[in-house]
Amino acid sequence: MTTVETGTPTAAVPRDAAPADRPPRRETGVANVFSHGFLLLWAAMTILPLAWMLLSSLKSNGEIIADPWGLPEALRFDNWARAWTNAHIGRFFFNSLVVVTGSLTLTMLLGATAAYVFARYEFRGRQVVYYLFVGGMMFPVFLALVPLFFVVRSVGLLGTWPGLILVYTAYSLPFTVFFLTAFFRTLPTSVAEAAMIDGCGHFRLFFRVMLPMARPGLISVGIFNFLSHWNQFLLPQVLIPGDGPNRMLAQGLSSLAVSQGYAGDYAQLFAGLTIAVLPVLVVYVAFQRQIQAGLTAGQLK
Amino acid sequence: MRHGRLPLILCFLLPPLAIYGIFVLSPYLQAFQISTTDWLGYSAQADQVGLANFRTLLHDGYVWNALKNNAILLVVVPVVTIALGLFFASMLTMGGRKGRAGVTGVRGTAVYRLVYFFPQVLSVVIIALLWKEIYSPTSGLLNGALRAVGLASPPAWLGDPRFAFWCVLAVMVWSNVGFYVVLFGAAMQAIPRDIYEAVLLDGASRATMLRKITIPLLWDTIQVAWIYLAIAALDGFILVQLMTNGGPNFSSDVIGLRMYDTSFGSENKFGYASAIGVAMFFLTLSVAVLALRTARRDRIEYS
Repeated sequence: MTTVETGTPTAAVPRDAAPADRPPRRETGVANVFSHGFLLLWAAMTILPLAWMLLSSLKSNGEIIADPWGLPEALRFDNWARAWTNAHIGRFFFNSLVVVTGSLTLTMLLGATAAYVFARYEFRGRQVVYYLFVGGMMFPVFLALVPLFFVVRSVGLLGTWPGLILVYTAYSLPFTVFFLTAFFRTLPTSVAEAAMIDGCGHFRLFFRVMLPMARPGLISVGIFNFLSHWNQFLLPQVLIPGDGPNRMLAQGLSSLAVSQGYAGDYAQLFAGLTIAVLPVLVVYVAFQRQIQAGLTAGQLK
Repeated sequence: MRHGRLPLILCFLLPPLAIYGIFVLSPYLQAFQISTTDWLGYSAQADQVGLANFRTLLHDGYVWNALKNNAILLVVVPVVTIALGLFFASMLTMGGRKGRAGVTGVRGTAVYRLVYFFPQVLSVVIIALLWKEIYSPTSGLLNGALRAVGLASPPAWLGDPRFAFWCVLAVMVWSNVGFYVVLFGAAMQAIPRDIYEAVLLDGASRATMLRKITIPLLWDTIQVAWIYLAIAALDGFILVQLMTNGGPNFSSDVIGLRMYDTSFGSENKFGYASAIGVAMFFLTLSVAVLALRTARRDRIEYS
């Protein structure tokens, strides 16, 4: 996982900033060994659990119980096959993918349109509607859980993907709108005015001019939303109850863990976890710069 | 120019507002109403009981026990996570060899960031299940290591009421530190280098530099981090539910799990569960306000 080397951000520091004749410091060597030790320790603490998970997914159950630190004698990929078919991890993975694709598309579309109106159009009551909308960020999802269950049931969407997609979207909108409104406000008005003078309509202006200009903001908030939808556990747990085949990946993994407790099939659980982690790891390594920027921008609202 | 303005506003605003109203606003409002009833779930029968649920809440030993754990999380998780985050971030941005290159990070900064941040993109469910296995008394990574260094009977961790809660807390810190390393690192990059170089020339040590320069300049970011971690600590539900389910003997219970159990778990007391939810809401709100108030300082702008 350390193969992708991107430019060190600190490399941007002007190298000529320090006077060349500064005397060398004696604390530096000791402090460096000390601090590097801690950095390495934490890196090991992060990698070790994941490496262990991967290794254990390739061991037999006997090997896992006998020696947690031991290496597998043979690479048992049949654990993965078992998790994929018997525990339906493959199907749950596909379910999550479909739902998140839907919810992310809907969130971005509705979030961008609402934010654009809030940022660019004056109308009576705009402030009130905006704060009502964005105020949703302040409330813990917990508070809504019980009534939400009955709202979704009463519109006939309990246990369905469209229900989940709408709920994911609804709870992501406040932050998305907040973030994108701020972003649309920073875009120059002159481009929009020029387009209008050239006879561009309001709708065309949005889809052809403003939306492409807002791309960086859309990407940041999109990554943020993707991860929060993909990792959602509480909402599907309540809104797709039971143990049907249309559950999300997180639910599938947690019931795999429960059944592992009875059946003692450790290897299958580790294989299931590994299957769930690997795609995330690949995407993360490929887009780490955007993901880190997107998530940290998301928190600094 | 005004032609087409109103259709756009309506088209763009009404669908999101409708979804938001139905699935967010109305449940929140209903929650407050349900919290004053004795609704027992799937029957329509519900009587107004006024504030009776809240009175029960005040004398509910399980709720207080859970709240105590949340209070510990609220203090320990932000302090430890922010301290570690600041320490690692300052190492990565300016812990490097001084002398010829001014203030730089250690070697391999990008790799460290890549590794540290990774738990942040993992689902909490995966983290919880993985660590549950790591803590497993017989087949776990931790006890495997302890036995290897000669400890004959290492503790059962999640099965031991003395340790279970702290084990969950450690996982919470583990999964969060990387994010704050990156967050603080980004904020530190924004601090002008010449400030550090001036201080270094004046002979300040690394610790003084962190305490007198970095932390005051990063105060806004630290404050935000504190609020987020505090809110995360008030939740903590998924980790606890999947790792210990509040046990053994409620030793690792948290308020979120109390509420979930009361409504969708062992009982269906929706009225009472909503009362717990309302109490949680005010708690979260006061924590956020308190954090903002006590942490307020003058903002420093670089010019």
